[in-house]
Amino acid sequence: MLVDFLFELRRHKLKVSTHEWQALMEALALGLHDSSLDGFYKLARAVCVKDISEYDAFDQAFLSYFKDVKADALELTREMQQWLMDPKLMKLLTDEQRAALQAMDLDKLRELFEQRLKEQKGRHDGGNRWIGTGGTSPFGNSGVNPSGVRVGGSGGGRSAMQVAEERRWKEYRKDVILDVRQIDVALRGLRQLGREGAEEELDLDETVDETCRNAGDLELVYRPPRRNRVKVILLMDVGGSMDPHAELASRLFTAASRAGRFAKFRSFYFHNCVYEHVYEDAAFRNRVPVSELISHSDRDERLVVLGDALMHPAELLDPGGAIYYYQNNRTSGLEWLRRLAGHFRRSVWLNPEPDRYWSGTTVEVIASVFPMWQLTLEGLAAAVRFLVRGGERPAVQNPTNWMKMGIG
Amino acid sequence: MSFDQFTGTASYIASEDLKHAVNVAVALARPLLVRGEPGTGKTLLAENVARALGLPLLRWHVKSTTKAKEGLYVYDTVARLHDSRFGDGDVKDISKYIKLGPLGEALDADHRVVLLIDEIDKADLEFPNDLLLEIDAMRFRIDETGREVVAKERPIVIITSNNEKELPDAFLRRCVFHYIEFPGRELMQRIVRVHHPDLEDKVLDQALEVFYGLRATPKLRKRPTTSELIDWICALRKAGVDLARVGGGIPFLGTLLKTEQDVELVGRRAKA
Repeated sequence: MLVDFLFELRRHKLKVSTHEWQALMEALALGLHDSSLDGFYKLARAVCVKDISEYDAFDQAFLSYFKDVKADALELTREMQQWLMDPKLMKLLTDEQRAALQAMDLDKLRELFEQRLKEQKGRHDGGNRWIGTGGTSPFGNSGVNPSGVRVGGSGGGRSAMQVAEERRWKEYRKDVILDVRQIDVALRGLRQLGREGAEEELDLDETVDETCRNAGDLELVYRPPRRNRVKVILLMDVGGSMDPHAELASRLFTAASRAGRFAKFRSFYFHNCVYEHVYEDAAFRNRVPVSELISHSDRDERLVVLGDALMHPAELLDPGGAIYYYQNNRTSGLEWLRRLAGHFRRSVWLNPEPDRYWSGTTVEVIASVFPMWQLTLEGLAAAVRFLVRGGERPAVQNPTNWMKMGIG
Repeated sequence: MSFDQFTGTASYIASEDLKHAVNVAVALARPLLVRGEPGTGKTLLAENVARALGLPLLRWHVKSTTKAKEGLYVYDTVARLHDSRFGDGDVKDISKYIKLGPLGEALDADHRVVLLIDEIDKADLEFPNDLLLEIDAMRFRIDETGREVVAKERPIVIITSNNEKELPDAFLRRCVFHYIEFPGRELMQRIVRVHHPDLEDKVLDQALEVFYGLRATPKLRKRPTTSELIDWICALRKAGVDLARVGGGIPFLGTLLKTEQDVELVGRRAKA
């Protein structure tokens, strides 16, 4: 029966393997869970979950497996909830009472809960039957009942299993936006170490070999230290629809431009879409022709584009579609993007816009040119992996469907 | 052996969840991986587990240049070369030049020990993977002498990590994990009491009020932690400052906040 819980965890994208499962079974056999659901919650979490960002998923899996109170959407009136939020003094039970209460199992509890909820007409504090606060009934808030179902509010004695319900670990999830340090950590994956430059590190193995060859007379051998060889070009969309993401973009820039991170780091700016030129500064003063950027860059440099890829389709697809009238580009933005993507062996597009809004917009068109990820911890890590090792591009829907219908 | 072996010590207050995680790790004989904000006592945990269980503690502080093999043993070739050239001692005996590292010592010990592997995420990305076999089998071989070191009793391994790098899945699979949450007010009161037993209730209340207020300030780059709170209270008492009588700014802010941006931010908010 418990095997289903394993699959429930896996359904919530927790990487639980037979390894952890065996450990959990071993622990249960040793009785480490204290024969209680509470203990089981703590035990299973310690054994199966290895990162705080997964605590929330664990809570959800635990909730959906062990109770469906949430899913059943109990119809609590606002008045009732308020009253439950305002708990009365806690009452301590005798051991006998507690033992009697512990005997109830969850399904029975839930059944009773729903039944009582139907019967009950008003507010109720204390007592041992109705749903209320401060009592010993298995339902309600701030009561003392080891196997009780808590209804909202704060867990007074914390003896009920619904700690999971609070989902306190929500903010640690990986699919939320990042700070500089997190980006830093993710970018650390972007490296290929190689020995180049001045010989300043003692090479012990070679020294030993050479010394032996030299009949025991010390012969010191030096070698250059290991350095990151990855070169990166960062191309950033600024202004307009990117304004809400300016803070995030600057965090990415801060982390990426940190000295000594890459063998070579260059950044350029564009507005809305790339046409003939990109700019060295965000104020668009020093312009660099894209053709020059391409001819002056090694194919092995990694191109990272940051932008929302959202624009009017004509701005992307048509010659002369540039957002500024005087730019009057002869080649469409999409063509310029294709040239960039074609030149570099590995390039990625990071999009601060949540991926659920991508469909049916220019984002899809651009995602068919550049492998695109949402700028989250997960997306950034996937993009870095792609830049280092290649691999599969994220799947995109075919944009031609809506393009045919709308603009030619 | 009973399950509830670790219940904290007089000078280390552990939350229920943490105690439980330690006991699970001990009972399953698996390494315990501890994460949490800096200053929540991750490293101290190992010391206190050792003290509570009456076992010796071996420490292995991992640095960015640490290699996994160094934890097992180091073969000092340069010393041997030197001896062979200048002729002191018997260079034929290789074992004289083998120095066991902390992990090696823990496995070689005659009785159970607690091993702390501190800040495992500081080392190279592949570092934890290189330790898999030794942590699983609790044995290793010294290639130079052919000696096989097998643990007589599996050491209790406590590993701390600051989340700087993702640890490999294969490594995580073998660990029991616990995240040390930042202590709530009640637990914090008990923790401060351990360090300042004679502190007046009122003073403690005021200090915690200021402290948690400061932690709640939005956009702080580095929020003050337990160890900083304890230092701060220490500074307040040494200087004899009465918090109730200080109006406006927070005295000795430098013990709590560590970047100028934060100091400036808090200063601006205090004025506003």
